[in-house]
Amino acid sequence: MNKPFGLLAELTYRCPLACPYCSNPLDLAGYRDELDTAEWLRVLAEARDLGVLQCHLSGGEPLLRRDLVELVRHATGLGLYTNLVTSAVGLSRRRAEELHEAGLDHVQISIQADEPGASDRIAGTPSFARKIEAARIVKELGWPLTVNVVLHRQNIDGLAAIVGLAEELRADRVELANTQYYGWALRNRAALLPTAEQLDRAEEVVQAAAARLAGRMDVVYVLPDYYERYPKPCMGGWAARQLTVAPNGDALPCPTAQTLPLPRANVRENSLEWIWTESPLFERFRGTAWMPEPCRSCDRREIDFGGCRCQAFQLTGDAARTDPVCHLSPDHEIVEDLVRAANSGARPRVEALVPRPHRAGSA
Amino acid sequence: MSSPESAVADAVSVSGRPRLARHVRLTFDPSRERHVLLRPECVVVLNRTGADVLELCDGRRTVAGIVAELRGRYARVAEADVQGFLAGLVDRRCVVIEPEETDGVDRRCVVTDPEAT
Repeated sequence: MNKPFGLLAELTYRCPLACPYCSNPLDLAGYRDELDTAEWLRVLAEARDLGVLQCHLSGGEPLLRRDLVELVRHATGLGLYTNLVTSAVGLSRRRAEELHEAGLDHVQISIQADEPGASDRIAGTPSFARKIEAARIVKELGWPLTVNVVLHRQNIDGLAAIVGLAEELRADRVELANTQYYGWALRNRAALLPTAEQLDRAEEVVQAAAARLAGRMDVVYVLPDYYERYPKPCMGGWAARQLTVAPNGDALPCPTAQTLPLPRANVRENSLEWIWTESPLFERFRGTAWMPEPCRSCDRREIDFGGCRCQAFQLTGDAARTDPVCHLSPDHEIVEDLVRAANSGARPRVEALVPRPHRAGSA
Repeated sequence: MSSPESAVADAVSVSGRPRLARHVRLTFDPSRERHVLLRPECVVVLNRTGADVLELCDGRRTVAGIVAELRGRYARVAEADVQGFLAGLVDRRCVVIEPEETDGVDRRCVVTDPEAT
């Protein structure tokens, strides 16, 4: 069995933003009882013992945890490479300096669009100006900076300007990832899924930017998988390389696996080692033995691992089916219908979005 | 989709002076008993010889110098193997090649330009 390389530590689902493409669970109220500092310190140490080398501190907004600096100091002390995934709201100069002193290795800041009006509208709160200010502080402190932008129907036409903004901020990487349809994004899918024409234009912009910026800024682009021929190799395989710990201590093979009808595994009840090596949840789709046809006999079974279990469940009601994104899936027409609807002339470019609530209480 | 990678790989000449890219950490992982390279969104697990090469990549030694030093430790060291190994890591932005005596200036933009070396 492989040892995990990465831990996604979702410290809290509280968030100052209300992005309608958020992949956090719809049931935010179920996550109010967050792991305390001592529990996270133990989880980090157990993760390191298990072989984890990279720790992504995420959420929600991880800066809302008052113990973030302490967690970072502990993680870096264990030898973990630490990565903060943040909206940057709350990343004051003082907080940034404390995190830097604690050894934080890398910062990823989300931006919702290329200009303040659209960015603040999608984020559901005035935040663009603070993000820009925080990005400058990140570079001043000598950190590598990744600018994360989730793309969708309502911002993808501004892609060239988004890349230009990342360049102006001297980002080392820009991650331009089309929305993945989980959680709140699934609820808003019809208003978020771009047209084929939008994607063609985006592809041109990305290729030109990647060539122009080669050696200065990594340009990472992720297509919406509904438009792909083959499914994404979700998490590099179920329980193969990564694990997630949710704010309430649930350990998951991927951040959205709580949607599946599978037994839970929680770090309050079991060690991370037992969860990784033996728990029924992590064992369920490990390897290739669980696969149905056409995956079982497919040459690509160790390349894309049958795609995403959550997406299979969400679209077919059966988590053990081939991801319907795959053109070989017997359920592929479900995805084709969704893509057809997105490209229908009847569908407006900008529709109302359901914001993700800031916190559980308002859900 | 990224850069002209083959052009970058060709740029690992024997007179180049490799070093780890900024923000890349070379460390030993006791749980795997292997050296690893860590950078944002990337882990490279190294074998013993790979780790030996990288420990000599200080931005001052040339590739030729590194090969000479390794020949003191191993029976056979092919220069092309070391160049190929480093080229792979240049592609993954874990290693940069300083073209000449370093003065501490970050030349990432220059060295990844295929015209520069």
